[in-house]
Amino acid sequence: MPSRPTPFVGQQRISVRNLCVDYHGVVAVHDATLHLDAGTICALVGMNGAGKSTLFKALMGFVRPSAGSISINGLPLRQDRRARAVAYVPQTESVDWNFPVNVHEVVMMGRYGAMNLLRLPRPVDREAVREALERVDLWPLRQRQIGALSGGQRKRAFLARALAQGASVMLLDEPFNGVDIRTEKLMIELFEQFRREGRTLMISTHDLAHVTSFCDQVVLINKTVLAYGETSSVFTSENLALTFGGLRLEGEPTPAADPGAPQAP
Amino acid sequence: MTAVLTWLIEPLQQEFMVRALLVSMLVSCVCGLLSCYMTLKGWALMGDAVSHAVMPGVVIAYALNLPFAVGAFVFGVGSVALIGYIKQMTRIKEDTVIGLVFTGFFALGLTLISKVRSSIDLSHILFGNVLGISASDILQTVVISVLVLSVLLVLRKDFLLFCFDPTHARSIGLHTGVLHYLLLSMLSLAAVAGLQTVGIILVVAMLVTPGATAYLLTDRFDRMVWLSILSAVLSSVAGIYWSYWMDASTAGCIVLVQTLLFLLCFLLAPRHGLLAQRRRSPRASRFPSA
Repeated sequence: MPSRPTPFVGQQRISVRNLCVDYHGVVAVHDATLHLDAGTICALVGMNGAGKSTLFKALMGFVRPSAGSISINGLPLRQDRRARAVAYVPQTESVDWNFPVNVHEVVMMGRYGAMNLLRLPRPVDREAVREALERVDLWPLRQRQIGALSGGQRKRAFLARALAQGASVMLLDEPFNGVDIRTEKLMIELFEQFRREGRTLMISTHDLAHVTSFCDQVVLINKTVLAYGETSSVFTSENLALTFGGLRLEGEPTPAADPGAPQAP
Repeated sequence: MTAVLTWLIEPLQQEFMVRALLVSMLVSCVCGLLSCYMTLKGWALMGDAVSHAVMPGVVIAYALNLPFAVGAFVFGVGSVALIGYIKQMTRIKEDTVIGLVFTGFFALGLTLISKVRSSIDLSHILFGNVLGISASDILQTVVISVLVLSVLLVLRKDFLLFCFDPTHARSIGLHTGVLHYLLLSMLSLAAVAGLQTVGIILVVAMLVTPGATAYLLTDRFDRMVWLSILSAVLSSVAGIYWSYWMDASTAGCIVLVQTLLFLLCFLLAPRHGLLAQRRRSPRASRFPSA
C-alpha cells in the first residue's frame, strides 16, 4: 500500500470576503462571502450563469476581483498559486481525448509546477505520480492513451492529476455528469478519503440528490452567495427557490454543460 | 542499380543542389517539430495567416537593406497581436478576424512590392527559391532554425500542456499568455524559414501536413514529433530530387510529396487509417466514436 500523504496543516482552506467580479461592466458575482474549513466536501449549487464558473475562476486567480478578497490556506491568491494548492478537475466534455498523451503523462502534468524549466521528472515526482495512480486504481493502465479509457477511468485520471499536484483544495466541475452508478460510488469513496486527509473539495453540481448524500456543506449561488453552511440547515426549500429564481419545480433542474467553464486564454 | 545511383548522385555535383537540400532539411526539422503543436492546437489557419502577413515585412526589410527575417518577424508577430486585439475588442469570430487581417497584410505586401524599387522577385517570395538561395539567406535560415528548435525543445512540455489543458497549466502557475505568444512567435519565425524553401503560399503545408501525417500514425507525442520531422525531411529531399529530374517547381514537388505521404497514411495507418477503421467496423469509419 502506498503511504498516505500527511494531513495538510491549517484550518481554513477557502476564505472569500465580499467578492465582486464583473466582465466589462456586467456583474458576474456580487458581494459573495464564504468560508470553508479543512476536510470539507462542499457542493456549489446554482443555475447556469449563476456564477459557479466565475467563482472557480476567481479561486484559481484567473479573474481579477473588482472588489473583495480571496485567501486560500490563509495566503493571498498570488502566494497560494506558487504553492499550487488549488487543483481544477475539468468536465470530461472539455478535454480533447484524442490528444496523444497517455495516463501517466497526464498525471505527471500535475507535477510540472514543482519541476525545473525542462520539466524533467525527479524520483519524487515519479513517486507522487505512482502513488496517485495507485490510489485511483489506474496504475496498470498508465501506458494507455487517454482516449482508450472508459468514462469512469477518465474521471479518475484527472483526480489522480489533482492528487499528484498535492492540492489541498480541489475544484470539481460537474464530476458526476455522464457517470454510471458504480463509478459514482467509487468517486464518492475517493472524495471521502480526500476529506479525511484534510483536503477541501468544492463540487459544482446540478444533481441535488448528491448534495444531501455526501456533502457536508452547501454554497447556494445566484450572482451572489445566497446561503452557505451545513447541508441540513442550508438546503431548505425556501433557499432552493431563491437559488433557482422561483423556477425550481419538482425534481431536479435539467443538467446541461456550463458554457462558461473556466478556460485560460 | 547504377542508374539509381546516378539518379541520386548526379544532382549532388551541383553546388546549388547540395545547398538546397541542406537548407530544406533544416527547415523541415523546424517546421516538422512545430507542425505537431499546430495540429494539436488547431492553429492551421493561424499558420496560413502568419505566413501571408509576413510579406510586407519582407519587402520593407529588403528596401531598407535589413535582414528580411527581421521585417518578417515584426509583421508576423504584429499580425498575431492585431488578430488577438480585434477578437478581444469586437464580437467578430476568430476565423473571420484571421481572414480579414492576413489578406490586409498580404495586400499591403503586394502593393509595396509593385511600388518600391528593389531587386526582389515576387515569384521568389510567393513560391520560394531554394535552388537559388544566397549565402546570407542561408545564414539567416540557420540562425532562425537554431533559435526556434532551442525554444521548442526547452519548453516542449510546457507547450504540450498548454495545447492540452491551458486551464490546468495556468492553475499551476504557468504563464499561459507568454506561452501563447511565444508559440505564435515561433510560428512567425518558422514561416520565415519555410518561406525560403516553398514560399509564402505553400509554407502553411510545411507547418501543418507533417504533424497531421504523424498524428495518424501514433498516440504518443514523442513518436509523433519524430515521425513528423521524418516525413518533413523525406518530403523535402524527395521533392527536390523530383523537381530536379522533372524540371518542375521545387515548392510544388515538396508539398506534393508531403500530401502524398499524408494520403498514404490516411489510407494505411495501422490504427487511425481508413482501411484499419473499415476492418474494425464498417460503421465506425462513417460514424467515428468520440
